[in-house]
Amino acid sequence: MYGSLVIGFVISVFPFYWLGIMSSQKSSAAYQFPPVLHPGKQFGINYIHVLQNMPFFGSMANSFYVASITTILVMFFSSLAGYAFSKLEFRGRRYLFGFILLTMMVPSQLSLVPLFIIMTKIGWVGSLNALIVPSIANAFGIVWMRQYAEKAIPTELISSGKIDGCTPFRLYWNIALPLLLPGLAALGIFTFMGSWNDYLWPLIILNNKSQYTIQVALGMLVGVHATDYGMLLNGTFLATIPLIVIFLVFNKLFISSLTSGAFK
Amino acid sequence: MSILQVEQDVAEARKSLRARLSFAPYFFISPFYVVFLAFGLFPMVYSFYLSMVKWDGLGPMNFVGFTNFQLLFTDPQFWQSVSNTFIIWFESTIPLIIIAITIAVLLNSTLVRFKAFWRAAFFLPNVTSLVTVGIVFGILFGTQFGLINYVLSLAGMHAIQWFNYPSTTQLAVAFVIIWRWAGYDSLIFLAGLQSIPESLYEAARVDGASRFRTFLYITLPLLQPVLLFTVVLSTIGGMQIFTEPQIMTNGSGGIGQGGLTIVMYLYNQAFQNHSFGYGAAIAVVLFVIIVVFSALNYLITTRFQSQGADIE
Repeated sequence: MYGSLVIGFVISVFPFYWLGIMSSQKSSAAYQFPPVLHPGKQFGINYIHVLQNMPFFGSMANSFYVASITTILVMFFSSLAGYAFSKLEFRGRRYLFGFILLTMMVPSQLSLVPLFIIMTKIGWVGSLNALIVPSIANAFGIVWMRQYAEKAIPTELISSGKIDGCTPFRLYWNIALPLLLPGLAALGIFTFMGSWNDYLWPLIILNNKSQYTIQVALGMLVGVHATDYGMLLNGTFLATIPLIVIFLVFNKLFISSLTSGAFK
Repeated sequence: MSILQVEQDVAEARKSLRARLSFAPYFFISPFYVVFLAFGLFPMVYSFYLSMVKWDGLGPMNFVGFTNFQLLFTDPQFWQSVSNTFIIWFESTIPLIIIAITIAVLLNSTLVRFKAFWRAAFFLPNVTSLVTVGIVFGILFGTQFGLINYVLSLAGMHAIQWFNYPSTTQLAVAFVIIWRWAGYDSLIFLAGLQSIPESLYEAARVDGASRFRTFLYITLPLLQPVLLFTVVLSTIGGMQIFTEPQIMTNGSGGIGQGGLTIVMYLYNQAFQNHSFGYGAAIAVVLFVIIVVFSALNYLITTRFQSQGADIE
């Protein structure tokens, strides 16, 4: 039994180990018989090649910027709307929520071409805004936060807040939001990962090296230097480290939030 | 007089507060609708129109009716991309589910220790970006004397030029999908397994049922909702596969274009060839495929649920 777990472990983790050692190897090490399984001495040289051929730190900064802003906006708007759908009474609530559920069924690829045309018209081609703003309409976030608010916020708390004369926004900000934090953390991780890893849309919309996210920059690097494995894997390795470190530190929160989306 | 005044003030204040309260919910939910209208709904509707025009992005837009669809349905490359996508989806989904259930059963066993460690290790592939995964496996599969061929040679097999044939390109892409999602799916199955009441297993034990029969007649049927969920997930994801084959084959789809998926073809047509109308038509067909799949999934799910209700 442990045997099959160990096999699974090796298959899951080995590519990361290989990525790590290859970042310090010559390109030829990728096709040696028997394979090279130890670190080499080329890390510095590969690293310099990475910096010469791609805007590594600029792209990382762009990715952090896009993913953080997107995450904060999605967390704010989703919790606000989720709270409203769960705890406030208003006319048309069921239909308005049903509409949001319906939008989740439509694949995003359907609107790829027209969205690009819209971005051309409003001058957002090559702008990071084009990655951030459309993602505010996050149906999953609202459904998720509504579900969470349903069990996390006692309705009496809201009604007593109303009697005390709280404004609607203060009810949300001071009473609802603190109770929603655990659910928000999960949504935050979900959103950040999705935004950080997004490739197709940024590839379409970004046309300027200085605006590339790290995924697009890596993708371009493969396109031009497909056989310079040492450099390619060095850049990939460096781009992967931050995410792996964050995962190892918060792995319980990660796993619970990424899988909890499955159960409603 | 003054008391009346106060009462009036209070009544007015209440009224205005109520008015504000009743207006507030719409205000709170409005950002979604505003943004969705501009960047979601409008493009969706617009894409149906675009699918009926011929446009290179610069010159005039010519309305051509259903010509794009006529061209599309007689375009062998399009049909190839559809069949590639389905083959990759099939080759990844079936093994994925079997492997994920196996891992889940192992992790659910009381005999296994350090569960948190195994969970984190199996989950790690899911955290990495698709581009990273594509680059690493593109090299692992792509080099003739690379690591994967070395492992095959240990098993006495010949080296395979993975990206030189459509079928092996598809296998390589499917392998990567399995690699990335097996841990994730297994955790979902694990949660499903843990929701099965222990008393059922005890009853089976008392009746002298073998482990295999217990798994077949108790575990699997009760896992059905979770199973369906993962199938739906991998169906919708599988139809939209883009990044893995794109990076692994450096945009070409491999020799013979076995890795050319529907979304890759859409991307090439719309954003490489600037045939925006044709690209939109591909998007519409993809949309229809996914809607049909979702409807099928929905029908199957509701049928299973009503069957479950009958048993109860």
